[in-house]
Amino acid sequence: MFFDFSKVTNWLHGWLTGFMPEWGAILTESALVLLAIIALYAVFAIIMIYMERKICAAFQCRLGPMRVGPWGLLQVFSDVFKMLTKEIVNLRKTDMFLHNLAPFLVVSASMITFACLPWNKGAHIIDFNVGVFFFLAVSSIGVVGILLAGWSSNNKYALIGAMRSGAQIISYELSIGLTMLTMICMTGTMSFSEICMQQYEHGWNIFRGHVPAVLAFIIYLIAGNAECNRGPFDLPESESELTAGYHTEYSGMHFGYYYLAEFMNLFICAGMASTIFLGGWAPLQIPGLEGFNDIMSAIPGAVWFLGKTFFVIFLLMWLRWTFPRLRIDQILSLEWKYLVPISMLNLILMALAVSFGLYF
Amino acid sequence: MENIEKNTAVQPEAKAEAPKAPDAVAPKVVKPAVAKPVPAAPTTPAENALDLVELTQDNFRQTIEADYQAGFTFLECLTGMDWGEEGLGVIYNIENPETGARKCYKIKTADRVNPVLPSVCTWYDIANIYEREAYDFYGIKFVGNPDMRRIYLREDWVGYPMRKDDEPEKFNPTRMTNEPLADETSGLMYDEDGVNYHTERSKIFEADDYVVNIGPQHPSTHGVLHFRVKLEGETIRKIDPVLGYIHRGVEKLNEQMTYPQTLALTDRLDYLGAMQNRHALCMCIEKAMGVEVSDRVQVIRTIMDELQRIDSHILFFSCLAQDLGATTAFLYGFRDREKILDIFEETCGGRLILNYNTIGGVMADIHPNFQKRVKEFIPYMRKAIREYYDVFINNVIFRNRAIGVGILSKEDCISYGCTGGTGRASGWHNDVRKRMPYAAYDKVQFNEVVRTEGDSYARTLVRMDEILESLSIIEQLIDNIPEGNYQEKMKPIIKVPAGTYYSAVEGSRGEFGVLLESRGDKSPYRLHYRSTGLPLVAVMDHVCQGHMLADLITIGGTLDYVVPDIDR
Amino acid sequence: MMKKPKIKNIPYEEFKDNETFEQLVAELNQNGTNVIVRTLDELIDWGRSNSLWPLTFATSCCGIEFMATCAARYDIARFGFEITRNSPRQADVILVSGTITTKMAPVLKRLYDQMADPKYVVAVGGCAISGGPFCKSYHVVKGVDQVIPVDVYVPGCPPRPESFLYGMMQLQRKVKAENFFGTTNRKENDPYSLKMDKENEQILNELEEA
Repeated sequence: MFFDFSKVTNWLHGWLTGFMPEWGAILTESALVLLAIIALYAVFAIIMIYMERKICAAFQCRLGPMRVGPWGLLQVFSDVFKMLTKEIVNLRKTDMFLHNLAPFLVVSASMITFACLPWNKGAHIIDFNVGVFFFLAVSSIGVVGILLAGWSSNNKYALIGAMRSGAQIISYELSIGLTMLTMICMTGTMSFSEICMQQYEHGWNIFRGHVPAVLAFIIYLIAGNAECNRGPFDLPESESELTAGYHTEYSGMHFGYYYLAEFMNLFICAGMASTIFLGGWAPLQIPGLEGFNDIMSAIPGAVWFLGKTFFVIFLLMWLRWTFPRLRIDQILSLEWKYLVPISMLNLILMALAVSFGLYF
Repeated sequence: MENIEKNTAVQPEAKAEAPKAPDAVAPKVVKPAVAKPVPAAPTTPAENALDLVELTQDNFRQTIEADYQAGFTFLECLTGMDWGEEGLGVIYNIENPETGARKCYKIKTADRVNPVLPSVCTWYDIANIYEREAYDFYGIKFVGNPDMRRIYLREDWVGYPMRKDDEPEKFNPTRMTNEPLADETSGLMYDEDGVNYHTERSKIFEADDYVVNIGPQHPSTHGVLHFRVKLEGETIRKIDPVLGYIHRGVEKLNEQMTYPQTLALTDRLDYLGAMQNRHALCMCIEKAMGVEVSDRVQVIRTIMDELQRIDSHILFFSCLAQDLGATTAFLYGFRDREKILDIFEETCGGRLILNYNTIGGVMADIHPNFQKRVKEFIPYMRKAIREYYDVFINNVIFRNRAIGVGILSKEDCISYGCTGGTGRASGWHNDVRKRMPYAAYDKVQFNEVVRTEGDSYARTLVRMDEILESLSIIEQLIDNIPEGNYQEKMKPIIKVPAGTYYSAVEGSRGEFGVLLESRGDKSPYRLHYRSTGLPLVAVMDHVCQGHMLADLITIGGTLDYVVPDIDR
Repeated sequence: MMKKPKIKNIPYEEFKDNETFEQLVAELNQNGTNVIVRTLDELIDWGRSNSLWPLTFATSCCGIEFMATCAARYDIARFGFEITRNSPRQADVILVSGTITTKMAPVLKRLYDQMADPKYVVAVGGCAISGGPFCKSYHVVKGVDQVIPVDVYVPGCPPRPESFLYGMMQLQRKVKAENFFGTTNRKENDPYSLKMDKENEQILNELEEA
C-alpha cells in the first residue's frame, strides 16, 4: 500500500532496455541520477539558505530578506547570480593546484554523502550492504578539503582555522561513528534501505531503542553539529577570531562552494539523523490506532523524510542562533572527556539491551 | 538671555510638569532639588588651577620613589608638554588609590634637540605606553624605558607633530607604502651609577616566532586596533599593540581652535561616552573660568551621563555577545539601545554624536517628552537586563569562557591605571563619581559596584549591575529637575585665565580626564585627554599571556575599549 | 537604451541627483547595446544589486551606526545586505565608515585591492568624504577618494541608518546600470595592472632576497 519508488525505476529501466542495450540503459540512468543529484543539491541549498535567513531573523526580532521577490523568496537567487559572476582571485605564492582543488573536494564529498540519503521507499541512489561505512568514509573527505584550503592559502588565519577544523572534525567523527554503531547494533544491518524498512515495519528506531537510542540521538545531534562546523562549534571559521577561517582567501564561486557545502552538510547531517533515528521515509505508526496509521501511511515517504529532516534542521538552527561559540580546548574536552565515554557506555548499554531482547 | 526666555516660553509644558512631578515620586527617593546646596561663591580661577610642583632631574627619581612608597601607586595622567622657550617637559598626575590624595609634578628639559628625561616605568607599568606617547609627539626620550618606539605614528614619520615648531604636514605626505614594523626596539637605560645612560637594544619578536596580526581590520578589535600576537599553538605568549590607525590629532587640532570649538571633537573621541567626554571638557573650562552652572544644568547633565552610560554598557553587552558568536544577544542589545537613542534624539537632535553640553550649560532645554520617556524606559530596561542574563550571561558556554579568564589583580589594575568597570571588577574603588563628586552625584544615593574576582565574568557583571545603578540614579533625579537656566550666557570667544587645570568624569569605561593648560589666549595652549581605553589596551599583553587565542576576544571584549578614544 | 532602474517603493523621481546618474548611464551606453546582451546584463545586475555583501570595516563612530543599521530596528537584511563578510575576498562593497588616517590609508588600499571584482565603495560620513571635522589634522586623509575610487557618498556625522539605506539604494541603482558583457569590469586599467604585477613581483623577489 505504501508507495514504492522502485516501481518507477524498474519501469524506466524496462522502457530503456526496450530499445537500447543494457549498458546504454545503465549509462542513461546514471546520467539522469547525476542530474537529479545536482538539481536536488542546488534546490535544497537554496531552500536551506532562505530558511536560515528567515529563521535567524525571527529569532532576532527582525524580518529577514523581504524586498527581493515576494517575502524575499528570490533573495538567494540573486546571491547565486552574483556569486557566479564574481571574480576568483588568484593568489601569488600559493600552491595554485591544491588551492583550486580544495573547494571541489569539499563540495564533492558532501554531494556523495548527499546521495546516500534514502528519499523514499525504493528511492535510494547509493545503497549497498555497508552503506553506513561508506557514508562515514566519504563524509571525512571533506575535512581533507578544509585542511588543504587552510594550508594552500598561505594565510595564518586560514591555517589556524584549518587546524582547528581538522582537530574538531576528526574528533567528532568518533562520536558519530560510535552512535551509528549503537544503532547498527540494534538494527543488525548497515544498509540504509534495510534500516528504513525495519523502521517501517517495527517503528522508529528512537522508540524501539528507548533509552540508549535517545542518548545516541542527542549525542549524534551535538557531534553532527560540530561536524558541520556550525555554531556553537563554528570555530574553524569563527568570524571574530579568524575573520573567515579556512576560507579567508577564497572568493567568488570557490567561496560559494564552501558556503553551499556548509549548508548541505547540515542537511545531510539532519537527513542522517532522520534516517537512522526517526525512521527515514517511514510514516509515524502507533500500534492499535488503525485509522490514524492509515492516514499517516497515505502521506508519501518523501514528505515524511523531508519533514523530519527539516525538523532536525530547525533544531540545529535554533541551537546555532542561541549559543555562543566554544573555545577549541572546550570543544575537544567536550568530545574526549564526555561524549566519547558516554557513547561507549551507551554502546554497551545497547548491546546489553539487544542481547537480552529489551527493545521493541 | 533672550534665547533662553524664548525657549522657555515656547515650552510651557516643561515648566508645568516640573512642579507637579514630586507627587509622583516614590517616598524613599531623596529630593535633591529641594535640598539646594549653598551656592558657593564663584571660585577664583587660581584656586582651581593645579598645584604643580616642579622637579629637577636630580631629585625627580627620589621624589617619585618616596611618593610611591607613601602609597601614590596610581599614575593618573602623564602629559607631554612643549613650553616653547622653556623647553619640553612632562606633567605627572599621581594619586593614592586608598586615600584619594593627589599630587602633580612637572619636569622639564631645556634641550630641544635631544631631550632626555628620567622614566617612571619602574614604578608604574602604564608609564611605558604613556612615555612612548610623549616620545611619539614630543620626541622626549625617557631613560629607563626599554621600549622607545613610536606608538601612534608610522615608524618612518618625520618630526614630532605636537611640538609647537613642528610642521608635520611638510615632510609627511600620505605614504601608500606598507607600514614598516620593526621587530626590534631600543631604549636608554641607566648605567650602574644611576646618572649616565647607554642605549640598549632588545627584540620584541624573534625571527622564528609565529606572529599573527589581529587587526588593523579585524571584526573583534572594535575598530582599527592592531595586535601583533605571538602564538605557540593557540596559546598567546606575547602581544604587541600597534596603535594610531585612527589617530586624528585631536589634541593638536584643539590648539588652533577656540574653546567652544574644541567641544565638538570630544564627542568623537569615545563615541559611546559622548556626553561624559564633553561634560569633562565643559567642566574643566568652567572650573578654569570660575563659572557656576545652575542646578538644573547639573541635574540634566547627570541624567544624560547616566543614560549614556547605560547606552554604552548595552553596547558592551551586545559586542561581547557578537564577538563570542551569540549573534542573537547582539541584536537584543541593539533593540534596547534604540530606546535610549530615541530619548537622546528628541532632546539633542543626534543619535550618537550629541553635541549637547556647552560651556556654561547645555545646548537646549530638555524636550517636554523627556521625563515621560525616561520614566517609561526605566522599567523596560530592568526587564531587558533579566533577558540578557537569560539569553547570554547565564549561558553555560559563556560562563565557561569567561569565568577565570583574564584575571587582573587589584595591584595590576592600579599599576596599569585600568579604571572604570575593569578596575572595579578587581576590587579597586575607583569611581570618580564617588572619589571626586561632580555635577549632581553628591545628591543622589547609589552604590559603587565593586567585585573582587577580576575575571572576564566579573567585568561583565559589573557592567550589568552598573546599568541598574544608573537606572536608580536617573529614577532619583528625573522627577526632581530643578528650575533654572539651562545655559549661562557666555561670550562666543572665551579667554581662560592662565594656569593648568585638570578635571575628570567617570566615563562609560573609566576615568576620562581633561588636562588644560591655558596661557590666557582664546585657544588652549595644551589640551590633553586622559584616555580611558589606553590603559586597557596596555594591559592586554599582561592579561592575555598564557591564554588561548579565543580568550583574547573575550578579554578584549570585557575590557571594553573604544579605539578612537585610545588614539585621539 | 536601458530602462530606468527600479528600486522597490522609491519612485525614480524621488532620488536625489538623477542628473549624475543619467550622465553615467549615457556614458556607459555610448555605443548602444545589444538587446540580448542587455537583457542578460540586467539579470546579472539584478543579482548583484540585491546581494551586496558589505565588508565589516569600521574605523570610528559611523561603524556604530552601521551596526545599528544591521540591528533589529533598521534591519539591513531586508535588502539582502545582511551577510557582512569579514574577509575582503568575499565582500562586494566596502563601507568606509569613519576617519581614514594616513597610517590607515595603505591598509585601506590593500583591503580594497584584496577584494574580488565587482567591488564597490561607499564613503560614509563626513570624515570619509572630506576629512570632516578633522580635515585640518596632520594625520587624516582628506577624503577617502584620494585613496580608492568611491561610488556613493553618504554624508552625515554620523549618517543616520536611514541615510545608510538610501546610500545603499543609490548604489543599487548604479549597479543596475552596469554592463557585464563586452566591457572590462575592473576600475583600474588592465594593461597597466599586468605590467604593474610584473614589476611588483620583481620588487617582491628583490625584497625577499635582501
